[in-house]
Amino acid sequence: MTPTSLPDLRGLTLAERILSVRSGSRVRAGELVVVSVDQVMVVDSVAPSVIARIENDLGGRVRNPERVTFVLDHVAPAANVEVATAQADARRYARERGIRIFDVGRGICHQVLMEEGLIQPGGVVLGSDSHSTTYGAVSCFGTGMGATDVALSAASGRTWLKVPETVVVKLTGERPVGVSAKDVALTVVRELTAEGATYSSLEFHGAEDFTLSERMTLANLAVEAGAKVGLVPPSGEVLEGFSVPEWLVVDPDAAYVRVLELNLGALTPVVAAPSSVDNVHPLSGFSGVRVDQVFVGTCTNGRLDDLHTVADILRGQRVADGTRLLVIPASSRVLQDAAADGTLTTLLAAGAVFGTPGCGPCMGRHMGVLAPSEVCVSTSNRNFVGRMGSSEAQIFLASPAVAALTALTGFLAAPQPEPVVA
Amino acid sequence: MPRVWQFGDSINTDDILPGKYAPFMVGEDEFHRYAFAHLRPEFAAEVRPGDLLVGGRNWGLGSSREYAPQALKTLQVGAVIAESFARIHFRNLLNLGIPAFTSETVPDALRDGDTVSFDLAAGTIARGDEVFGLEPPPAFLQEALKEGSILAFYQKYGRFPGEGAKRAPNRQPS
Repeated sequence: MTPTSLPDLRGLTLAERILSVRSGSRVRAGELVVVSVDQVMVVDSVAPSVIARIENDLGGRVRNPERVTFVLDHVAPAANVEVATAQADARRYARERGIRIFDVGRGICHQVLMEEGLIQPGGVVLGSDSHSTTYGAVSCFGTGMGATDVALSAASGRTWLKVPETVVVKLTGERPVGVSAKDVALTVVRELTAEGATYSSLEFHGAEDFTLSERMTLANLAVEAGAKVGLVPPSGEVLEGFSVPEWLVVDPDAAYVRVLELNLGALTPVVAAPSSVDNVHPLSGFSGVRVDQVFVGTCTNGRLDDLHTVADILRGQRVADGTRLLVIPASSRVLQDAAADGTLTTLLAAGAVFGTPGCGPCMGRHMGVLAPSEVCVSTSNRNFVGRMGSSEAQIFLASPAVAALTALTGFLAAPQPEPVVA
Repeated sequence: MPRVWQFGDSINTDDILPGKYAPFMVGEDEFHRYAFAHLRPEFAAEVRPGDLLVGGRNWGLGSSREYAPQALKTLQVGAVIAESFARIHFRNLLNLGIPAFTSETVPDALRDGDTVSFDLAAGTIARGDEVFGLEPPPAFLQEALKEGSILAFYQKYGRFPGEGAKRAPNRQPS
């Protein structure tokens, strides 16, 4: 698209800008649009339904196979015959239709699509996983939908959307040492509540100092406040690593339904206590809680910098007796990089157990599910009742640093005010 | 006569169908038996076709899993009425043809175990002499639902509701 064909974008939010450019006419919050989709992402657990919808209800047509991507990550490798069959069917279908597929072990869908260059600033990507908001880290309009919407989008190349209103999270001040992007994101969810951004676009202003990985953590958790998308305006690493359209900027005259100011300097390490993501409290209130399993991984916090954080804390020490440390890198590339730079060796020496890159036990299907009465500290994004196994288990969501210190002590533990050096 | 199942606020899709009971974990013929397995283990066995599910705020938050409402459809739930819905789940309900109504007052007025009558076309629920009215869905969705679902609409017309004659070109980024 040439710049001359751009609609009038003055006074529009990022979400309105993306959807206006995409639909070829100026649209505002509340309007319905039908737009083309750059990628339709389908995960293994949803692939059977999507394939059945396309074949049974949509005439068996896939409009642009190169714009459809399957990722086998939610139970990878397969845990039982049903899953193995579903994954085999997905492989066969992808091969027959020329659909791109990332097989078992390549990693978590959101991480893999980012690594593979399938996510671009200003784009529109539809995923069959709710954490498709992660693509907002580079200001791509990434949003999650169910199997039927995803199938319709694969068949038609388009989707329908209500242009969202925008809630701005304005970050100010300097992050104290020990306060991570995860702490920022969880605090935002607490302030907004789990429904505070429902149907909205969340825009994170003031995140210029955040790395790409940290932006992915912010955007990933946007959906936990109900948001349709979580957009971080391009700056820093994103300007360096991506081609950013010149129109993809924050307009000083854009209209927002709410602006939440958050002084980073006042933040402390937090946890989302059982059993909702907005049940966020300072870590200091839980110092006596004994922890059975620590899980480092997922699309929220399973990247190389997260593994570095954990390794820096554990280096030369051992995980506490009676506590298991489970590490599942977000992708095969993360795992390879961690092997190459020694992080893997450090974590193994400390007693970490590794799993195949993928979603791991995040939704309670395999590779580390919890027994009744067990307590887990997880770097993931959901702590609902029964999420990781038994409905009587308890899940605390926390940053990689909190996870590492907890693994070391066996109790929920906060990072020190000074960087921990072993 | 439909029975009311009252669930309250913040029912997430892991409540509606825990991830470990996804169809591709337990089989396409089995998964609906685990609807509300943690929250109300008696639900799947006791729910009757046409029963109404009532929630408070933010019904359906969390995972995009369409097999959660699919379990409700298999169990032939008559409708879901809540004060507010999470967006992905709301789309999923309508895509599966499960009537979903947003109401500030009706969820509060209905009690667990109430026996009511439900008139989908009129959008009314009656408990004895009391009649509660429900708001119809937005025009865009009504247009789709006239054909049964948005899928059926697309199959019939080759376009989305609201795209009309001046269908937007299928623009791609260059």
